[in-house]
Amino acid sequence: MRRVRPWLLGIAGILLLALLWEGYKAVMPVEGWVVNGVTILPRTSPQAMPHIWDIVARALEPETRAATALPLWVAMLKAAALTLGLAGAGWAIGVAVGLLLATLMQRFRTAESALLPWVILSQTVPLIALAPILKRSLSQVHIGAFTWQGWMSVALIAAYLAFFPVSVGALRGFGSPEKAHLDLMRAYGMGWWRTFLKVRVPASVPHLLPALRLAAANAVVGAVVAEVSTGLDGGIGRMIITSAQTGSADPARMWTPIIGAVLIGLVAAGIVGIIGAALRRYRRREATA
Amino acid sequence: MRFDTKELPEAVPAVRVAGASKTFGRKAKAVRALEAIDLDIRAGEFVSLIGPSGCGKSTLLRLIADLDRPSAGSIEVFGKPAAQARLDQEYGIAFQQAGLLPWRTVAGNLALPLELHGVPHAERNERVESLASLVGLADFIDHYPDQLSGGMQQRVAIARALAEGPRLLLMDEPFGALDEMTRERMQAELARIATATGAAVVFVTHSIPEAVFLSDRVVVMSPRPGRITGIIDVPFGDERPELLREDPAYFELVTAVREALHGTPVVRAEEV
Repeated sequence: MRRVRPWLLGIAGILLLALLWEGYKAVMPVEGWVVNGVTILPRTSPQAMPHIWDIVARALEPETRAATALPLWVAMLKAAALTLGLAGAGWAIGVAVGLLLATLMQRFRTAESALLPWVILSQTVPLIALAPILKRSLSQVHIGAFTWQGWMSVALIAAYLAFFPVSVGALRGFGSPEKAHLDLMRAYGMGWWRTFLKVRVPASVPHLLPALRLAAANAVVGAVVAEVSTGLDGGIGRMIITSAQTGSADPARMWTPIIGAVLIGLVAAGIVGIIGAALRRYRRREATA
Repeated sequence: MRFDTKELPEAVPAVRVAGASKTFGRKAKAVRALEAIDLDIRAGEFVSLIGPSGCGKSTLLRLIADLDRPSAGSIEVFGKPAAQARLDQEYGIAFQQAGLLPWRTVAGNLALPLELHGVPHAERNERVESLASLVGLADFIDHYPDQLSGGMQQRVAIARALAEGPRLLLMDEPFGALDEMTRERMQAELARIATATGAAVVFVTHSIPEAVFLSDRVVVMSPRPGRITGIIDVPFGDERPELLREDPAYFELVTAVREALHGTPVVRAEEV
């Protein structure tokens, strides 16, 4: 029963959302709620809010009228898998860079004063502005047989958003051991590196897991937005844009890739959840606190 | 069980503190935590440091452990400078907070110092088991610290301090956070362990009965600046049975330590 419960609650949540959607459509006027010519609540026309069954029916039909077109939901899953892969690559790079920066900042106080302001500043650069610049300058990179690919820019931008929470969370985690633990390691004659591995790294886990979760969410958003602004084909970001362009003629179509984006987020959160379960014994303090 | 301590010529003291001072902070804000401390502790001797908060008793212990460096004077442990003695693992240490790593089981915590110093696996397991039974926790070896009571955690911490058979045990108010009944049981256990291992013990406490019950000598300290104001011999020998707590000679020494702490004779009710 304890294993089934969360699933039942999850399904109940989806049903509730569907009920709200259809209920809102049934109750509100087609033009939404307009005060003084300003729309306060959204329109309920089929263009803005198609019926749920229309969205489902559209998902089962082929994506386009081309003879080779796949059913929309299959095309969506393929696009979602690509974006998830890009986000995953970005996440892995971001986590590695974040941990490296946090380690440097923990080891050298001067590194902390020198790096931390830049780490924070890095996140104030608007992603939309950054993506095309990155793409343009990196697409000219050719080193021997290696040529910079469009998807690499997307993964890089995802990494750019993912490293930030990891570096900040890990830095706090590395600084979190009790003084008695650090005294003990000194009494054992251990230097910085062994103390780091045996005490600071395990003690950082309760701080690190929320950071990994945030990094996963950031990596997904970063990948989707970067696909759109660098114009990479085949991912879910691109699919949302192309289906939105057919919006007035085929309004139910764009909801399938949107659901795809939500699925990517859920899978990413699930993977971090598995990592958290694997590190259970390092979270005992968190659980008992 | 093998908890033999290493051979040692009688003449070399376990701890020799000569003219040690410790000042925290600088210039106007400087706090003189310790002022010209001289103290010798013989091998196998149990010495308590007692005094009000701020008298520098914990600071003195930290200097002996080389967790802090003295501002002046010298500290030797078994004839070596304190820093060398720390690197050579000449002492075991326990703090007021048990300081067990929460992600390691009792066995994992006991194994930590052995692991760090490269004791082979088989020998390690053997030592961990005998340490756990020494403190009566053989059945709890796979438990995590948060599954143990405060007293049990502290017993693990003491066993961990004994892991490498040190000739010197440094203990900073190890029973400070325990309730009175657990505390008395732990004292009896520590007295037994100290005798069994033959290790010298430096024991920081603010409990007078605890200091008298456990020690061969009680070092009384006073604050601002921290210094030694008196040393009281406790000639009860190695055996410390529970009945000692009822002994008039024990009460007399408790009174003597109290008077040394307050600096004046304590007026007893029946003499008024």
